[in-house]
Amino acid sequence: MAAVETGRYHRTYESQLRLWHTRPQLIRIGVVAVIAIIVPFVFDNYWLSLANTALIASIGAIGLNVLVGYTGQISLGQGGFLAVGAFTSAILTDRMGVPAPLSILMAVATTAVIGVLFGLPALRLKGLYLAIATLASQVVILFIVRRWNFLTEGQGFVDVSRLEVFGFKIERSTFEQQWYIILIIVTVLVAITATNLFRTNIGRAFMAVRDQDIAASAMGVNLTRTKLTAFAVSNAYVGLAGALLAHYSEIISWEKFTMDVSILYLAMIIVGGLGSIAGSIYGALFMTFLPIAVRMFGEVIGGVVPQVQKQLPAVEHAAFGLVIIIFLIFEPRGLNRIWQRIKDFFGFWPFRY
Amino acid sequence: MRTRAYQHSLSGSSMAAGQPLLEVEALSLAFGGVKALSEVSFTVTSGSIHAVIGPNGAGKSSLLNCVSGLYRPTAGSIVLNFVAGEEGRKRTQRMSAPSDEREAGEKSIERRALTRLKPNRVARLGVARSFQNIELFDQLSVLENIMLGRHIHMKQNLAAAFLWTGPARKQEIAHRVIVEEVIDLLKLQAERSKPVGTLAYGIQKRVELARALAMQPALLLLDEPMAGMNAEEKEDMARYILDVHELAGVTIVLIEHDMNVVMDISQQVTVLDFGKVIADGTPAEVMKNPAVVEAYLGAQK
Repeated sequence: MAAVETGRYHRTYESQLRLWHTRPQLIRIGVVAVIAIIVPFVFDNYWLSLANTALIASIGAIGLNVLVGYTGQISLGQGGFLAVGAFTSAILTDRMGVPAPLSILMAVATTAVIGVLFGLPALRLKGLYLAIATLASQVVILFIVRRWNFLTEGQGFVDVSRLEVFGFKIERSTFEQQWYIILIIVTVLVAITATNLFRTNIGRAFMAVRDQDIAASAMGVNLTRTKLTAFAVSNAYVGLAGALLAHYSEIISWEKFTMDVSILYLAMIIVGGLGSIAGSIYGALFMTFLPIAVRMFGEVIGGVVPQVQKQLPAVEHAAFGLVIIIFLIFEPRGLNRIWQRIKDFFGFWPFRY
Repeated sequence: MRTRAYQHSLSGSSMAAGQPLLEVEALSLAFGGVKALSEVSFTVTSGSIHAVIGPNGAGKSSLLNCVSGLYRPTAGSIVLNFVAGEEGRKRTQRMSAPSDEREAGEKSIERRALTRLKPNRVARLGVARSFQNIELFDQLSVLENIMLGRHIHMKQNLAAAFLWTGPARKQEIAHRVIVEEVIDLLKLQAERSKPVGTLAYGIQKRVELARALAMQPALLLLDEPMAGMNAEEKEDMARYILDVHELAGVTIVLIEHDMNVVMDISQQVTVLDFGKVIADGTPAEVMKNPAVVEAYLGAQK
């Protein structure tokens, strides 16, 4: 049970339905906002590029969490769906001259449609069986991306021209800063819309399908429609992440969307917290900065144990696996739950509960 | 201080009491060679509590699953009667205005077969149910669980949901009002915001009842609402069921093992044994029926 704010009496349902009620909550939001604003002025390009990667990952992780964490439909096809978004937007802008904002929107729509298509097995399959079916979507999409010469014109990669939005073009010198601003706005919009979705009947139906699908159908929830809507919404976000990734990295090839990527995203939402929007962001940040932390650790410890530095890629993989295992054992509900417990500790203090 | 009265009728049917609401005709259900139900026929009249009893494995739950669309019967028909124009979402509008006591006679009665419908279509026609083994949405709060009972009455507008401000919020608040009345009726105020997974068994059973009642059902199917309870809890639950029946005016089909409870609260009893109806009548009639005595107690020597 979370700490409850006391002395606060809601007089309308409207006030109770607000997301933020207490002053500490508003202060925390303010602090996060201030940090987000000063980041581009404080950090250099290297750290900003990491931040941008983490923000794109956040959008993708929120998308995956809508499907896996909220609707309970396991998906191993994340990499493939990112590829759909990335290639759609890249090809539309570069070869067909569609303006970037429009091509991104079209990528979102395309990924949503293809997501629904590959979501059809979910109407019959559950759990592990569905995981294998979505694994097939990963393999199929990646196969198409690798072998269909039209996509890369036989080069094996697509060059994407620098992002241009309504005549405003990203500058070489302030590339990372400008992208940071774009990505933070998009991430906030994605987080808000996803949060809103789960305050309404549609999102509740997703969660009902996850918890008890038979009872949900007896309550009048159309399972077919709900599951396919979940696939569409989830993959729309994933497609957005893919399209942004294409425009941000300016070159895409199939290597960016392998099975490893799908598993990395699953790791993000497990570490961050299944069924939590904030958790998706925590998880994306955590998994993006984990290899950096391991590398820094290797440098520090390199003087004492040089083997660690020599075997750095292996150590990174080991750390990746270890983190997932540790979370699954000690806090399956992820970083989001840990953060809640910290808040509760201070909320209840000096009592334990 | 302002007091609040119940402003919404929780019954989704304005059929006059005593008219047939649910008609089950020659219903048969077989799983391979096992005949779970054979030629089961009975009628539930509007405004009654109709108990279905029988020894373990008699086919009671199978019968309920057939009615709510979870099983597809091999033969026979299940027909729900309702006043024309009252099914599904159309009822929502009627609920917003205080329902006047209309004579069902002047309205035409519509008959709808449930036999080929999917569970969600059956629910949309106003058949709500609870489950024998609690099937709540564990990770959601009591409030969210009961709000899911409103699902059939709510519009699904994805764009509005993303925006929240506007129609989505308005809809949530409008339905919250009805949910709060259900919470009041079943005294779940203290549990409102707790995750249902953490609640005691008896309260979970009551949340299931609340979730079904929030649908404003024409017909409420309760599968062993008192299973696994002690005498005191059973008494409480019986009281809640009577409240739902008398205050909210909902027609109830009840599966129950405890004969005392059945005799006390139901007006009509159907007894099943090995998938067949062996008796049908008022509690007093059924209790005297030798076939029932044999099924329950064994033949007297």
